[in-house]
Amino acid sequence: MVPALFLALFLDLFVSSLPTIKEFGFEFLYSDTWDPVADVYGAAPMIFGTIVSSILALLMAVPLALGVAIFLTEFAPRWLRGPVGTLVELLAAIPSVVYGLWGIFVLIPFLRAFVVPALQGVLGWTPFFSGTFLGNSMLAAGIILAVMILPYISAVSREVLQAVPNSQREAAMALGATRWEAVWTAVLPYGRAGVTGAVVLGLGRALGETMAVTMLIGNRHGLSVSLLEPGYSMAAAIANEFAEATSRLHVAALFEIGLVLFVITVVVNAAARLLVWRVSSGSSAGSRAI
Amino acid sequence: MMNRRDRRRLFSRLMTTATLAAALLAVLPLFLIFAYLVFKGASSVNVDFFIQNPAPPGVSGGGVANAIVGTGIVVGVGSLIGLPLGVGAGIYLAEYGSGKLAYTVRFVADVLNGTPSIIVGVFVFTWFVRPMGHFSALAGAVALAILMIPMVTRTTEEMIRLVPNSLREAALALGYTRWRTSLAIVVRTATPGIMTGALVAVARITGETAPLLFTALGNVNFRTDVMEPMQTLSLQVYAYAVGPFPEWHRLAWGAALVLVALVLTFGIAARYATRAKYEAN
Repeated sequence: MVPALFLALFLDLFVSSLPTIKEFGFEFLYSDTWDPVADVYGAAPMIFGTIVSSILALLMAVPLALGVAIFLTEFAPRWLRGPVGTLVELLAAIPSVVYGLWGIFVLIPFLRAFVVPALQGVLGWTPFFSGTFLGNSMLAAGIILAVMILPYISAVSREVLQAVPNSQREAAMALGATRWEAVWTAVLPYGRAGVTGAVVLGLGRALGETMAVTMLIGNRHGLSVSLLEPGYSMAAAIANEFAEATSRLHVAALFEIGLVLFVITVVVNAAARLLVWRVSSGSSAGSRAI
Repeated sequence: MMNRRDRRRLFSRLMTTATLAAALLAVLPLFLIFAYLVFKGASSVNVDFFIQNPAPPGVSGGGVANAIVGTGIVVGVGSLIGLPLGVGAGIYLAEYGSGKLAYTVRFVADVLNGTPSIIVGVFVFTWFVRPMGHFSALAGAVALAILMIPMVTRTTEEMIRLVPNSLREAALALGYTRWRTSLAIVVRTATPGIMTGALVAVARITGETAPLLFTALGNVNFRTDVMEPMQTLSLQVYAYAVGPFPEWHRLAWGAALVLVALVLTFGIAARYATRAKYEAN
């Protein structure tokens, strides 16, 4: 039944997006015109926004999540491991829409007051931090995504690092390594496949995240390299326009965006599972993150 | 001038401290979010909040009774559909699933777990909402059920795998048939674990918004008929958060507080179910 569900999802998206596939072909993927009035559709801004916001989130979340996983498996006193681990995993229990709410009323005012002026002061000359900050932006979406995927990456990395045999650590220490050197030269390389899997899993989450991104990214069609300006994402486009789309092509265009998003996340998730399964044979990755 | 050994030790110290800082920084958003939820939400949670329906725009007061009841109905119906299917698939995988098919099911279930929930919403829209001609709470429940199935399948399977083989062998040796062993012995032993998995799944779908956008849709009125559009707390938070009125924002924080409390209650119940299992053993 589960594989049937999977096939049904794929076929449904594919058949429903046939009109735009026929009409626009591959141009759909790289054209940046999205004009429901003229019935011309190109998804480049959404694909670009999804990828940029997800990569931004990974840049922030991966070092932190790895730090947390290393701290909890290698350095933290035993009594601290359970509670801190639970707290980090609690982040995964907060509904996406609550992240969005918090982002609108707490994160964006904070960014506007403190972070953006500082960023513009130091890096304002680069194209990435040019333009005016209106609040809803790629930066805000990236930060909230980073917070949301952190618990997944750290929970899976933690499982992977725990599976590294103690003899690896002991061998490194016996050769005179400091505790950090043991982690860096023995533990992490041993768990490399699993940790990579954890990161890819986080990427999969970030790519498909809908509500928080819809509420924070700005929902503007257009390509801009500036992180301070609004953008759009594939999931956000579906969330915003699907209920209102009336013309046949508009609906099909949204289905095709869904198809692209589905295919990307399936590839990313399949890669993650294979990497994590290689380490923790067969157990469902991230099962501990509720 | 430090010698090489001291430098290496210092670097190790520094990196250890850096990982501690990472842990502190990672839990910081959690505290900030909870602090704001309580600080901004608690003031709007009063008796009216639970028993009144939303007031018209611009009018102060009002509550989210419709959304609270709606969440209960949509999540309840979704669980009624999703849990039996998920648990059944999990039992099948663990007891009879070996070889290529089981491997595929397991793999696909894990991949589906990572599929964006909005895609499921779009899928249910084409198969339920369009043929029926209108949005309905039932369609929302079906979307949530579809999200639950792969999650519950995997946790059920893992819990059943934890049951020692000697128990199965003992039951079979006493003359139990294969299916009776599965149901009466193996599944019963694994029940607390399966409960945990089920509660975690319920907790997760309670907070879902994206798959409900074009299925349950939302409703400003109080509804209990599953064939009509229905409001849920998550849809309410979304609608009010992006709306223009300060009064709506106040209600959004209140609804978010209730929503998070609900999700955490299921989460804590899930942990408690497993704890009970370990104490019993």
